[in-house]
Formats: sequence, structure tokens, C-alpha cells
Amino acid sequence: MTKGKNRQIVRTTTWSAGPGCHGGCGVLAHIEDGKLVKIEGDPEHPWNQGRLCSRCLAMTQYINHPDRLTRPLKRIGERGEGKWQEISWDEAFDLIENKLGKIREDYGPESVIFSMGTGRDIGAWICMLAYAYGSPNVMFALSGIACYSPRISAVETVQGDYCILDAAQWFPKRYEDPRYQVPECIVVWGYNIPASCPDNVFGHWIIDLMKKGTKIITIDPRLSWFASRAEKWLRLRPGTDGALAMGFLNVIINEGLYDKEFVEKWTNAAHLVRSDTGKLLRESDWVEGGSPVNFVVWDTARQAPAIWDSQQLEYKSANVRPALEGEYEVSLADGTRVSAKTVCDVFVEQVNQYPVERVSEITWVPPKDIIEAARLYARSKPAAIHWGVPIDMTPAITPTVQAITDLWCLTGNLDVPGGNVISRYAFDAVAYALPGAKGVIKLKSKEDDEKRIGADQYGPLRKFIWRAQTDVTLEQIFTEDPYPIKGMWLQACNPVAGIGLDPKRWVEALKKLDFVVAVDLFMNPTTQLADVVLPATTFLEKDSIRSWWIPLQSINKAITVGECKPDIEINFELAKRFDPDFRWNNIHELFDEILKPSGLTFRELQQQGWAFPPEGHPSHPYHRFEKGLLRPDVKPGFQTPSGKVELYSVLREEWGLEPVAHYEEPPFTPISQPELCKEYPLILSTGRRSPVYFHAEHRNIPWLREIDPDPVIEIHPKTAKSLNIANGEWVWVENWLGRCKFRAKVTLVVPEWMVMTAHGWWFPEEPGEEPSLFGVWKSNVNQLIPMGFQGEDGLGAPIKHLLCKIYRVDEQEEARDAR
Amino acid sequence: MPDKCEYGLLIDYEYCTGCYACQVACAQEYGWPEGMGGIRVIEVEQRLPNDRAYLSYIPFPTELCILCAPRTRQGLEPACVKHCMAACMKYGKIEDLAREMSQKPRMVLWVPRS
Ligand code: SF4
Ligand code: SF4
Ligand code: SF4
Repeated sequence: MTKGKNRQIVRTTTWSAGPGCHGGCGVLAHIEDGKLVKIEGDPEHPWNQGRLCSRCLAMTQYINHPDRLTRPLKRIGERGEGKWQEISWDEAFDLIENKLGKIREDYGPESVIFSMGTGRDIGAWICMLAYAYGSPNVMFALSGIACYSPRISAVETVQGDYCILDAAQWFPKRYEDPRYQVPECIVVWGYNIPASCPDNVFGHWIIDLMKKGTKIITIDPRLSWFASRAEKWLRLRPGTDGALAMGFLNVIINEGLYDKEFVEKWTNAAHLVRSDTGKLLRESDWVEGGSPVNFVVWDTARQAPAIWDSQQLEYKSANVRPALEGEYEVSLADGTRVSAKTVCDVFVEQVNQYPVERVSEITWVPPKDIIEAARLYARSKPAAIHWGVPIDMTPAITPTVQAITDLWCLTGNLDVPGGNVISRYAFDAVAYALPGAKGVIKLKSKEDDEKRIGADQYGPLRKFIWRAQTDVTLEQIFTEDPYPIKGMWLQACNPVAGIGLDPKRWVEALKKLDFVVAVDLFMNPTTQLADVVLPATTFLEKDSIRSWWIPLQSINKAITVGECKPDIEINFELAKRFDPDFRWNNIHELFDEILKPSGLTFRELQQQGWAFPPEGHPSHPYHRFEKGLLRPDVKPGFQTPSGKVELYSVLREEWGLEPVAHYEEPPFTPISQPELCKEYPLILSTGRRSPVYFHAEHRNIPWLREIDPDPVIEIHPKTAKSLNIANGEWVWVENWLGRCKFRAKVTLVVPEWMVMTAHGWWFPEEPGEEPSLFGVWKSNVNQLIPMGFQGEDGLGAPIKHLLCKIYRVDEQEEARDAR
Repeated sequence: MPDKCEYGLLIDYEYCTGCYACQVACAQEYGWPEGMGGIRVIEVEQRLPNDRAYLSYIPFPTELCILCAPRTRQGLEPACVKHCMAACMKYGKIEDLAREMSQKPRMVLWVPRS
């Protein structure tokens, strides 16, 4: 497409770096003489239909920014001294090959950690490099891996596949498609509308649906935009989501608002649990030579046990009528007699531990609101739940997610139009190992995976999440036990300012390493501590593919900036150097292999821009569990160990963890820490979203910074008054780990008992060298959050519910310090 | 006497989310430096009875809004309207927009200086 003299318009897809997206907007990039002069939403693209977020609209300021890194840099002073020398790519590659090669020789490939931020179009290529080098230690640098993967892993624990809100994103004509149904109600659970498209859902789709009549239930301690427009708003105490979900289940079960047919047919409600061990009764317990993966039910037709065959997905005998309730005596293979009750009974007993009054005491939500919201959700057909990252950001993430997943399953909202719809990668074309998918890029052998940090300790890391456990890794850098860590590759990953909790410990860790490479677009507090910094590109400067749910999309290179290289090209070059057997000759060849299941080559995909999987494909909805589309053996059912939705999780039992949904009080709350709470009486919640920033990015973009110039803390007017804090004043936020400064926004958005701060703050305008590190220690709230409080299964971290006190910054003291 | 006004912007502020796309879209379209621009998003926090509150955002056209004359002349929508994430802005003839305004509450019709 062309327009005007030198103007060219390139159609492409957004996906990091640049706007910081998880989504995939269609855009039209206006290029003049090789320079981006304007970017617009593509009106023909079914994802965004012409719309575009503020961050993407500011791309000209981002791409052409004077501070963009455009050549590789080599450190010439001490780490953190801010002394750099520009070098050529050849020199940079040689240096890295040499240094990392030496570490591999001396200590083994596992001694290098490959660390990512919120992966997007970088995760696959980090894995490609790590695996070519031979290291299994790909790490997402957040404590407890607490963003998204835990939710995916937990949902898959229950139902074998992940699922998301249905906004008709599977259909080119979207809401107009006759197969689609608008949800009667959406539960917006711990999610604001930051327009960064988490969960690969374009947040404003929910607004499209509200205009079409969808009612909203909001679960949020903050009076979010959704909360102020909700039919029901439940202001819960941060971290008590699990209790609230159990309360919903309690109402739904006891009022009979669940889908009985679904429970009988598709869940493991009838499977028996031994009363002596509290474990599932397996065929191998019951008969000599029986299979340990098959389960036992009580057949009411014969008044005898019957076997559920988890491979064939049927009972071993004909016409079994399994009991859903009751306790039964069974004689085991070894002659002993045990009593056993159904999963259904065990589940209901658990749910009955959470009567609404108790849930109200835990969550601080009035009983009436819990009951009314649960009824509204359960009676709306269809209804969907859309959640946000606070669900991951608590140590008991998995039991919480089990409860929420049980909600959509029991109300018959799974994989139905307008419900929670199973989300597969389009055409099952997957670049790398993600929860629930294997992908083209793999470790070369099982043995290579044996040294992955934390995999021996944590079940989900052996089943769903192919990453090193972050908290354990950080500790191992210091203890060198069971083996030393010598190097780190950080790509689009900024633990000192953004993703790292206890960031001063990350600084220490980086300084302890022999060799650190950072790949990024701008200098930031983390790149300052590297030995080599490589300049990466935005989405407009690269070819790539986007296969994250639907549709399948191509990213098409529109421009070149300086000597910047796309992440994939950087990693491809090094992967070739480290792995003599590296399979691909060029990037397009790799893309073609990833795209193979779609039947398209990269060139073909580029020509058509995007592709939707057809009806009948496993990545196309609906009702796939009934049609046998979810399992490789095409049997109706789910990809769980029992083939059922597991109200009682087989995997959790095998990992030695409580198998049924429940609530656990987080580690730092007024309830769990009454003593600490006396000194730090306010609940500190972090991660207030800004519409113009993506985590630690964009503070250097003038059009965006003017909209949100300072790190903000939200304080309720009464709290502010009692502490003599006025709107706009700077305040200290302090707890036992440290303190930092924020600008007070006195607002009704937060309750009296809680404050909410922004995250990811550093000041690109301040000196980069230590001790300043771009002023990162002033307002990085992660200094008040500890590492090492991941959940029992290695996932989740207490990020949304700490304790603190706040007080005004003393201007005179400040002035003294500045002198 | 000013010229007669013909066109305006209709805002459905029930759905404006405060995403600021309109503000940055205008800055990009006309290359406004920091602090200037054709539209400013305003936040209004209204306390209601029973400890509730209502959060509104409203895009307000400034003295610099030219109603995207160079775009509308070519048959394009104004840059802010086109990119509005909530699709809650509409450009058109004042009398058409005023008619539409009577269809639902929480609307505001701006007739910028242009
Ligand atoms: S963040 Fe979301 S809205 Fe913005 S460009 Fe990316 S996908 Fe589009
Ligand atoms: S109509 Fe045009 S000039 Fe006016 S605010 Fe919108 S983008 Fe700016
Ligand atoms: S773009 Fe639309 S939704 Fe966003 S702030 Fe402007 S008017 Fe509101």
C-alpha cells in the first residue's frame, strides 16, 4: 500500500516490544523515507477494529527516541559505574560466545540462567538460545513465577486445558457471528482496564459487551472503573479471593444452582476416596494387578464397586450407575476392608467449611452481597469470569484457582458460547514449551532438564511450567548449592526496577555473577549492571509470528533503526554458535516449522495477515469436550489424569498437596500478623495500573509521562486526614523491609484500611550509574516485598497484600539529604 | 459574531474508561509537544450515598482542537474518535448528534472552537 510520495503503509501486528502488549492489535504503520511517522489501528482487523491504545499511538516517540540503544555496548568501568564502549555486533557475539562458552566448559550449561520479563514475543527465543546452549534454566524473574503461568497451570490441573472469557475472538465477524452469544453477566475478578491486554484479551471487549447488555459483577478492593458500573461490587480484603470463591460455591451448591448433568457426566464427583488414607481409591488398591491410574466408583445398579478406566474413558463394566453420594465398604486386594466416600461428598464437606458468615468474616464482604452476587452469576446463562493477575499474586494461588475453575464448570459455563471458553494456540501452532503445549523449540534431551532449578521440589514445574523456580534460583546464586550459577542472560527483563521483589538482593546477585548480558531497547537500572548490553527492536522492526490463542498472525518488518536487532535474530545467531546441531538455517525456516500445523508458510501468513482455525479444529470452539476435540485420542473428555474435570485433583494428590479447593490466609495480613499490624496498620497493595505504562516501561516517553508523571499512592480521604496528608504531597511508604516515596492521590477509590501504589518506577531522566541507578531506590515499591514466600507448589507470591505505614515526607529533611 | 457551528463531538461518558488513547492520538496526528493537544481527559470522582462513588472520565476538547478538518475533508474520522478504545466518541453534525443524545443518558456534546 502506498500513499503520497514517499509514504508507505505497512500492515502488521503489535506484540511487544513497543506498546508492551500481550494482545495483537492490527496496525497500519506509516513509513516515510524509512522512518515511522504515524501509526494507526487497522480498521479491518477483527481484534481491535481500528482502535489503538495510548502506548501504541506514542510509538513514534518510542522508536525515534534519542536514548534508544542502537549499538552493542561493552562495559569498560566497574559494574554499575556507567562506563560503556560501543562495539560491533561481531565483537559482541564473539565476546559472548567466548565468555559463556568458558562457563559452560568449566561449570556446565546449567550454570547460566536465561531470564525473561513478561515473555511475549521474546519467551520463545530465550528458550531457543538457552536450549541450544544446553541450559534448562529459563527463568521468569518474578517471585513464585506469579504471573499467568500459575493460573494456566492451576486451571489445567482441574480441567486439562486453559480457558478465557468469550468475546467472540475466535470468529472473523466477532460479535456478529451467529454461533456467538453475549454473556448475560461477566464477573470481573481483580482486573482493571489498563489496556495492556492481559490474558490475551483486549480489555475493551468487555465494554463492547456491556453495550450489548452484559451485566458486571466486580470483585476488587478498589473502586475500579468496572466496580463503579457494576451490578454487584464486592470490595474484598486483598488476598481473600479463595475464601470468596468458596463462599460462592457454598451458595451455589446449597441452593442447588449448579448444573447436575455436567457434574454427573463430566466431573470425577463419583470417584471414591478412601476414608483411612484420605486418598483416591484406585483400581490397584482394589484388585491385584489393577492399574494405579484407574479409579473406583460405587455402582448403585450392582451395589458393588466398578472401575473407571482413565485410558478408555469408560467404565470397565456395562450400565454402571455411579453413586454421587454416600459412604461404602470396599474390600481391598490385600484383604482389608475400608470405607470410602465419593469425591462429591468430600468436595461438599469442604465447601460447607465456608458458610457465608465465615466467608464474610474472612473477606470483609457483607454476607448479603456474597449471596446476591453468587446467585446472579449462577443464574445468568451464559456467564463468564474474567480475572487479573492478583489471582496469581498470592501464595495459595492454586487452591484459589481450583475454586474459581469449579465455579465455571459447575455452572455449566465451560466451553459454551459466552462463557469461559477453552483457549488453545491457533491451529495448535506453538513456538515453545508453554503450559499445556510442547512446541517446536525444545530441550534436546530429558537429561538436559534434570538440573532445572526447583523442578525436583515442585510438581507443577514437572508437569506444566518448564521454567526454573525464581526464588530458589536467587538463593542458589548465593549458596551455590547444589551447583554454582555463573552467568545470566537477561532479555527484556528488568529485575532491579520492575519484576524483581527485594530488588537490592537482585543487585547483589547480579554483582556476584561472572558474566551478565542484557538485551533491551533502552538503558535501565538492570542493564547498568551488565557486562554487555545488546540493542533490541520494537515489533515494527522485525518479522515474527504471533500464536497466542486466536487468530494466528504475522508480524511484518516495516523499518530498521540503527544497528538494532530483533530478539530472535540475536538469539538465533548465538544459538547457531553454541549448538553444532542447531536445526534451522534461517528464521523463516523456523517460522515455517512452527506454522506447519496451520498449513501456511510464513510468507503465506504474511500475505493474508491473520488466520482463524476452522470449525471442527481443536483450537476452535465450542463444546469440545463433548466432541472429543481436546484429547489426542479424540475421546470425549478432558486432558486430566482421570479424563474428567477434577473436583478432587489427582495431580495435587500425587504431589502431596491438598487436592480440593480451599482457602489459606496469606503470610502478611492483619489476620496472620496481628503483631506486625500494630506497627504497620495499613494493607499495602501494589501494582496500580496506569493506562500509559506497561510495568517498568515508558517513563521516558513524553506524551505518556505527562499523563502520569509521578509514582502514585492512593489513600482514602479519611486515612489521609488522620495522617495529615494532603492530595499531591509526597509520602513515605514503609514496612520492616524498607521505605520509598510516592505522591499522594487522595481518593475514594481505595478503602480506609488499604493503600495502593504503582509499581515499576524508575526515573530515566536521572543518572544511570550507581548509586542512583536512574533513581530506582526512590519509588520502587518492590523493596517492601520479600522473595521466598512462594506457595507450597512453588507458585504465587504475596504481592498484593503486604502491610505498611505511611507518613509525610519532611521537606526540610529532604533538603538536608540533598545537600 | 463567531461563525455558525456545524460539527461536534458526542461523548458517551458512561463508557469512557480514561484510557487516554484520544489524547495521544491527537498528539500524534498533529505532533503536539508535551503539555499541548486538542483533547484532555478529565477524571471525576463523585461520592454517592452509602459509601459508594462513581468514577467518570470525560475527554474535553481544548482551544487546540480543530475537529480534525484535514482528516474529515478526506472522509476520515477524527484521530481521537477513530482510536477511542471504548468507541464512545462520535463525530458528526450537531443536530444529528443532539438527536442521538436523547437516546440514552450520560452523554455530552462538545462543540469545540475548531
Ligand atoms: S497493548 Fe493491547 S491495545 Fe495496545 S497495541 Fe498492544 S494489543 Fe493493542
Ligand atoms: S478532533 Fe482531531 S483535533 Fe480535535 S481533539 Fe480529536 S484528534 Fe485532536
Ligand atoms: S479514547 Fe475514548 S475511552 Fe479512552 S479516554 Fe478517550 S474518550 Fe475515553
